[in-house]
Amino acid sequence: MKQDGGALLTLAGYFALMSLFAVGGANSAVPEMQRIAVEVEGWMTARQFTDIFAIAQVTPGPNVIIVALIGYQVAGLLGALVATIAMCGPPCILACYVGEVWERFREAPWRVAIQAGLLPISIGLIAASAFVVASAAAHNFAAVAITLVTAVVTYTTRLNPLWIFATAGLLGLAGVGT
Amino acid sequence: MPDTLSAASLPPPPTPSAPTPALLDLFVAFALISLSGFGGVLAWSRRMLVEERKWMTAEEFNDAYALCQFLPGPNVVNLSVVFGRRIRGLPGAAVALVGLIGPPFVIVTLIAFIYARWGEVAALQRMLLGIAAAAAGLMLGTCAKMALPLFKDRLGLAPLAALATFVSIGVLRLPLYGALAVLVPLSIAIAWVRR
Repeated sequence: MKQDGGALLTLAGYFALMSLFAVGGANSAVPEMQRIAVEVEGWMTARQFTDIFAIAQVTPGPNVIIVALIGYQVAGLLGALVATIAMCGPPCILACYVGEVWERFREAPWRVAIQAGLLPISIGLIAASAFVVASAAAHNFAAVAITLVTAVVTYTTRLNPLWIFATAGLLGLAGVGT
Repeated sequence: MPDTLSAASLPPPPTPSAPTPALLDLFVAFALISLSGFGGVLAWSRRMLVEERKWMTAEEFNDAYALCQFLPGPNVVNLSVVFGRRIRGLPGAAVALVGLIGPPFVIVTLIAFIYARWGEVAALQRMLLGIAAAAAGLMLGTCAKMALPLFKDRLGLAPLAALATFVSIGVLRLPLYGALAVLVPLSIAIAWVRR
């Protein structure tokens, strides 16, 4: 956990590149984040990554904020800042300039095909993220049950996720998931 | 997914009634969106921009959101930039972005500090494990909702593309870039042929 320039540069490089491949949002990149943070760079243990994911989910705001937590773990406050800027910067620049082109080609067949083609990819990526986190959290039958019940409740109702998180947190605290 | 084609064939949407917001209004609006959104911010941004402030019509919002889903990176972050820029140019984009990211950044670094000190406390770990399990379920449920329209494709090629992505990234844990370099062109080619 050194706060040297090398670590910051590494963080910036990983997240700037990852930001351009996060098809369908920040949660799509969760498996890649885990692969890099736990397996490639060894910044944290698998359990710490699962903790960080949980913290990011219960923090209000966009899910992309998980990168600030990863950055903090690597290089403190500066790491959090660098990771966040790296993850948001490239897409924002793209958003500024692609926005106009998008308006102009609103009905172009290639635009429609790109949009239709990216949808299954982003769904597959989010499913992969869910699977990666679910298997990391699945220490026993109860944890798996929490995942499955939440999935069904989310699919069938419009319950505010905050209630689900509160219930699951309390169940965990009571020792159900361990 | 918003149907942009049918939206385009409709008569022009009514212009939003509110006057152009000032930079401070933009910042406050996106900070509020950010702070009210747990587990994703989309629903809140729609409520704020379309229903409360009336800065966009529903059609404009759908179109902007389709763009932001198409762009790589965090969707709502893209939305703040696209919207801020449309309203107030580059300063607007910057202000909306900082409004959206600033407050959660402050909160999350405070939590990170607490976690660094007390992360090994057993009670906290048990709680986080329960939350992580639920968060995975939330993603799974949302994903199932999103996947429903894919099954309109009779040949099942679109669900197949989703499945291939899931298996290569989620199960085989292949590096993201290599997998997407194959899957994205393939999926777009399928969409092009089936259009």
